Amino acid sequence: MHFPLNQDAWDAIALTLQLAASATAVLLVLATPLAWWLSQTRSGWRAPIGALVTLPLVLPPSVLGFYLLVAMGPHGPLGQVTQALGWGVLSFTFTGLLIGSVIFSLPFAVQPMQNAFESMGARPMEVAFTLRASPVDAFFSVALPLARPGLVTAAILTFAHTVGEFGVVLMIGGNIPGKTRVVSTQIYGHVEAMEYAQAHWLAGGMVVFSFAVLLALSMLRKRVGQVLP
Amino acid sequence: MSTTEGLRLRLKLARKDFQLNVDLDLPPTGITVLFGPSGSGKTTLLRCVAGLERPANGLVRVGSELWHDEAHGVYVPTWQRDLGFVFQEASLFEHLKVQDNLAYGLKRSKKSGASQALARAIELLGIGHLLHRDTGHLSGGERQRVAIARALATQPRLLLLDEPLAALDLARRHDILPWLEKMRDELSMPMLYITHSADEVARLADHLVCLDKGSVKASGAAQDVLARIESPAIVGDDAGVVLRGRVALRDSVWHLARVEFPGGSLWVRDNGIAVGQSVRLRVLARDISITAHETRDTSIQNHLQGSIQAIADDAHPSQALVRIRCGESILLGRITKRAIDALKVRVGDAIWAQVKSVAVIE
Repeated sequence: MHFPLNQDAWDAIALTLQLAASATAVLLVLATPLAWWLSQTRSGWRAPIGALVTLPLVLPPSVLGFYLLVAMGPHGPLGQVTQALGWGVLSFTFTGLLIGSVIFSLPFAVQPMQNAFESMGARPMEVAFTLRASPVDAFFSVALPLARPGLVTAAILTFAHTVGEFGVVLMIGGNIPGKTRVVSTQIYGHVEAMEYAQAHWLAGGMVVFSFAVLLALSMLRKRVGQVLP
Repeated sequence: MSTTEGLRLRLKLARKDFQLNVDLDLPPTGITVLFGPSGSGKTTLLRCVAGLERPANGLVRVGSELWHDEAHGVYVPTWQRDLGFVFQEASLFEHLKVQDNLAYGLKRSKKSGASQALARAIELLGIGHLLHRDTGHLSGGERQRVAIARALATQPRLLLLDEPLAALDLARRHDILPWLEKMRDELSMPMLYITHSADEVARLADHLVCLDKGSVKASGAAQDVLARIESPAIVGDDAGVVLRGRVALRDSVWHLARVEFPGGSLWVRDNGIAVGQSVRLRVLARDISITAHETRDTSIQNHLQGSIQAIADDAHPSQALVRIRCGESILLGRITKRAIDALKVRVGDAIWAQVKSVAVIE
């Protein structure tokens, strides 16, 4: 049987994995302090910031993509800044895709971590303080290791969710082969071109991948009793 | 007592259900027990001393170290206060082995002789065989002993214990109490110990502070506070005094030991304590009855001559608490008001106290 994946498909797969890995790395760095702040603060900003973080979960990806496209465009506020810095316009680039993915997957990174920090309670940190640990020291030596299942869940969900995104990528990336064309948009392209055999292979691969991720998550949850968002 | 050696506390803090308002001078050694019903502010007080809670108006001084003085803008954060804290639940770090839990504070305290201090704490609490275990594989009593050793290993100036036995069943409590007594006797470190168990007060307290609704009802040497009958520290079946004495004689025929204390002696069950050793005796008010003359024809073996020092109402209107002076010691007795009327006892009268039961608690 003829193996149907052509070079374009492999490019799309590689780009998808690269995007998902980058988004996960960026989000773990950004979302950890954000989740910690949300889990600890008694500030009045907690509710609005929390809602803002959750917004990408309910907003249609096309809405999010549209605003990002406008913002990153040559006349948008973000575009003005990036041009002033000499980085050019980010829409229709990998960096643009990455920014979109990070915002789109933010709730999937923040919520498991926030849950993990909240379920830990205040006690472990208090114990650390009474054992001479400064707040920063206690965060890295106690809070972060205790929240590890939440961090792992966040990483897996972020990765999987970025792999599966479509609308934002289409809006910001424009589906340029080898540059911004990922698996989900590649499938769309195949379908439009009536190349159903190719679409089947990629779509089937996505189903298998997504199933494997969810299976891994539920096994992890069984092992450590972690709650999904 | 107001020395620069001891512990000085002045705390004001408003809570929804009560107002903490205390002003205390506490001794620089031994166990100070904070006693009171739940909601009396014991834990809040301890958290203020530790800096886990910040009172609006506070002064916390340990010896010459000032930890908090709101008036002069001094507030040392918890991790810079030289203290140890033992929480009600053991609160071990689950991601670390027992050994790493013990080393956590030690590594950060940067004191000389740290490893000896840890070795001593491990030995003192008998946890040497647990070092390589996961915290999840410990019993409740073992967990709490590890938590105490973890706090001791930093060689703190002050050890704070918030009901360390409350989460344990009775058997486990009796496992740990001897370790705590050993700590009191072998370490010079002062301890603030919260409990609402009269038994723990009797066994551990050198100094006793009674709290109610956020204010101090009584503070003083444990023996003195326990012997008060106007607003007694401990009401109900647990009311009673603690006597300090010495084993003078052991009777191998009847398996009894005679303990002498200032003002008399009592026969107690022989628990194998050597002659000459000092012990604490707990005598409950409900185990004392009064006779006008010495009676020989009774099964009760312990008779003490004394005089009535005071009579006060007890919790139930039928009963009274009497304070009996025997030499230098004080006993509390609970008898009915009808018996007082029938015997015609008054303050100052010489009487005999019959002691039905004595517990050796040390």
